[in-house]
Amino acid sequence: MFKYLPHTYQDIDEMLKTIGVDSIDDLFAEIPDELKQCELDLPSSHSEMELREHFKKLAGMNEPLIPFMGAGAYDHYTPSIIPYLTERQEFMTAYTPYQPEVSQGTLQYIFEYQSMICQLTGMHVSNASMYDGATATAEAMFMAAGVRKKNRVLISATVNPNVIEVVKTYAHYRGIEIVVVDEKDGATDFADLKDKLDGETAGMIVQNPNVYGVIEDFEGYSDALKEHKALFIMNHDPSTLTHLKTPAEHGVDIAVGEAQSLGVPLSYGGPYIGYMATTKKLMRKMPGRICGVTEDADGKRAFVLTLQAREQHIRREKANSNICSNQSLMALFVTIYMATMGKKGVYEAQQISYNHAHYLHDMLLKLPQFEQAFDKPFFKEFTLKTTLDPEKINRALREKGYLGPLSQGRFDENKKDLVTFAVTEKRTKEQMDELIRTLGEL
Amino acid sequence: MSVYYGQLIFEKSQEGRKGYTLPKSPIKEYELEDKYKRGDCPQLPEVSEFDVVRHYTNVSFKNHGIEKGFYPLGSCTMKYNPKINLEVSSHENFTSLHPYQPVETVQGVLKIYYETQKMLSEISGLSKYSLNPFAGAHGEHVGLMIIKAYHESRGDHKRKKIIVPDSAHGTNPASASVAGFEVVEVKSNESDGTVNIPDLKEVLSDEIAGIMLTNPNTIGMFEKDILEISKLVHEAGGLLYYDGANLNPLLGVARPGDMGFDITHINLHKTFSTPHGGGGPGSGPVGVTKELEPFLPAPVVRKAGDLYLIDGKGKNSIGQISHFLGNIGVVIKAYAYLLTNGKERMKEIAKMSTLNANYVKDALKDVYKLPVDKICKHEFVFDGLKDESIDVRTLDIAKRLLDFDIHPPTVYFPLLFKETMMVEPTENESKQTLDAFIDAMKKVAKEAKEDPDILKNAPYTTPVRRLDEARAARKPIVKYKDLLEE
Repeated sequence: MFKYLPHTYQDIDEMLKTIGVDSIDDLFAEIPDELKQCELDLPSSHSEMELREHFKKLAGMNEPLIPFMGAGAYDHYTPSIIPYLTERQEFMTAYTPYQPEVSQGTLQYIFEYQSMICQLTGMHVSNASMYDGATATAEAMFMAAGVRKKNRVLISATVNPNVIEVVKTYAHYRGIEIVVVDEKDGATDFADLKDKLDGETAGMIVQNPNVYGVIEDFEGYSDALKEHKALFIMNHDPSTLTHLKTPAEHGVDIAVGEAQSLGVPLSYGGPYIGYMATTKKLMRKMPGRICGVTEDADGKRAFVLTLQAREQHIRREKANSNICSNQSLMALFVTIYMATMGKKGVYEAQQISYNHAHYLHDMLLKLPQFEQAFDKPFFKEFTLKTTLDPEKINRALREKGYLGPLSQGRFDENKKDLVTFAVTEKRTKEQMDELIRTLGEL
Repeated sequence: MSVYYGQLIFEKSQEGRKGYTLPKSPIKEYELEDKYKRGDCPQLPEVSEFDVVRHYTNVSFKNHGIEKGFYPLGSCTMKYNPKINLEVSSHENFTSLHPYQPVETVQGVLKIYYETQKMLSEISGLSKYSLNPFAGAHGEHVGLMIIKAYHESRGDHKRKKIIVPDSAHGTNPASASVAGFEVVEVKSNESDGTVNIPDLKEVLSDEIAGIMLTNPNTIGMFEKDILEISKLVHEAGGLLYYDGANLNPLLGVARPGDMGFDITHINLHKTFSTPHGGGGPGSGPVGVTKELEPFLPAPVVRKAGDLYLIDGKGKNSIGQISHFLGNIGVVIKAYAYLLTNGKERMKEIAKMSTLNANYVKDALKDVYKLPVDKICKHEFVFDGLKDESIDVRTLDIAKRLLDFDIHPPTVYFPLLFKETMMVEPTENESKQTLDAFIDAMKKVAKEAKEDPDILKNAPYTTPVRRLDEARAARKPIVKYKDLLEE
């Protein structure tokens, strides 16, 4: 009948006989006739050859640029074995591991993923992953409000504005108030945080490195928040945790973030993967799936989804989150990335990103068109003040095949003179030198 | 399987082993200030590339996938995932695009977004879609925010309740709750799980913001009174939300929009065949009527002349619900599937999935208890064995099916029956596969009668035997380090 529809006419006749009806239309008899006037105006069926041709044209309408921009999506190296292994049907076509006896593959890599996220963040427990970094941050906000039973959450102005937007959307409809804590010199204004903290505050959200790429100093945050029984939530790029002080070392209660930077291709913004990890104390309050260890009837080690009493299918309207899945295959991307790069490779890739970002930073500062925006440390993303029109910068770079820096004017009209560059281990010295030359001539 | 293949990747680690190469950089080392450095080094595995490949290949062998065998998981629509969709979506010109590239450099991907949205509108009878929601549950959350925003925009602040039938998926009430609504549960008709109209009338009031329905419902029955339901809800000032989990048997047959639904979500990973990925990534586009378009989440993809553009947040938009434009990689696969099937195939998909479900149902109803003996759509439920004197549970039947290389149906959902088994064969399965399933189900029923212990101790042939799930929750071991410390 069709390549995805296997029945022969004889099959259909035999099946109708078993059912005891004369025609397939009889199976739709209860649908009111007035609803069945349904001639769809859709494209005609494409053969595989036609589909390939069509997609060749569509692909040709895209022009991948070499990014010097991050802003929540980073162009890191993806080892060849990641797509190879993740495309195995056993991983790709399976559903959520409801039947653990035939889902040990999925469960085992989720357990490995959780273990790796805990290594990076220093936290006690990670869930099996979430949609993206922004929604994971919003879920952390829900979690804080639920744990503390208070409806006010603070968020630093230095968190990526898109993340702030998602947090605000989630909060608004649930009746949670979001208060933005001011920034000062490219970092969270600690004095303003202390001003805005009160007994009604459920938590405070910060980002590290922040939207300018600045590595913030969270000295005193944990104590100040504890004093008001508010939870400390940190959105942290997990790839930089090879080097940077961990959320656990900062005294964080809930660590979240976008794990795309660990081997997931840019893919125009998705699928990505949000991570969430928390303390032992809050483990039973965390949303999302969690994989744990148990034994089978023969005493053999096995993995299983656990602590399910937290989840929507048990608690229904009393659940603190409606999450019923994870970004499982993307968690496998991240797991294989960390396994392949390993203890040394993840660190080395980040060190190269760090070196290259600092090289570009120092070289750009030698140009009269750029000056330092903040006297603050950074990792692989940095912000400069420029006399140039950001659109002019991006046009000139685009002609050379580059995606130029993020203009902070995209988020805030008053910050049009600030541009934020991102540099990963994939950017070569030649590319950086060409960028420096191009901008020097503007 | 040997002990070696049962190990975790951490347990294969050997100090000094490497699985990667990176280019030598001519740039000097820069040093991070000590006060920002972490105290220890993350203990990630040290393995060779070949170690990684062999490890995850062996890990994969412990999974059942749809290419291995039958996967009649009710409500999940486990279709074949066509390979061509993977091929076309893996093109570098899609995978290497940064989400902030200027629109003129991403016209191909925006065209796919725009046209998919148009096709979903046509299929469902809704005016406009956002493809930003990441999953079905996310779509529900977004749809409910739209309902709230709509009522708020009219200054109607007392509508704080959402009606959810007791047959609904657990995400429905949970989504209503996280969107700030109170949940009102209505009982279903015992005869077929459809909405009980007198009960519905009783709960309708000016405090009702809307109702969430799946149609066909979770036991595969079409809500034949849907037009009356939508009239009643609309008259009471509420909106109708369509949970698209069960859209498959209505493709090209009837449209939620024509039934009176105001908002839908569609699961691209169910109805439009994108891989489930072991639990994600999925995609849960949300569609709305013309009147509700301004409330859709930002950003929005729009067409102006021949150019595809991205708009930011409009005045009435609920706001942003994703960092970028959703799981675009999933959307590309669904788009390819839609084009492959085209208008010619939509109705056939609906028909064949319905035929398959009814065939299995009728072939087995002498052996398994069929609580609703009516024509179903793409799925149906059994309530354990027909012979209730036999002391085995649905769980035992499910575990025994694993020994036949069959993934069991969804068990213990919906909550309407005690021993629910929800079967959804999908249109991709041949009569021969269905017959093999029917034979296996009969054989299991026979074993249950003759020697129930065979079922109670099953499975026998799977990578692990039946698990002690309670133990995992009692003493949670949630990472490798916990295992070392045990």
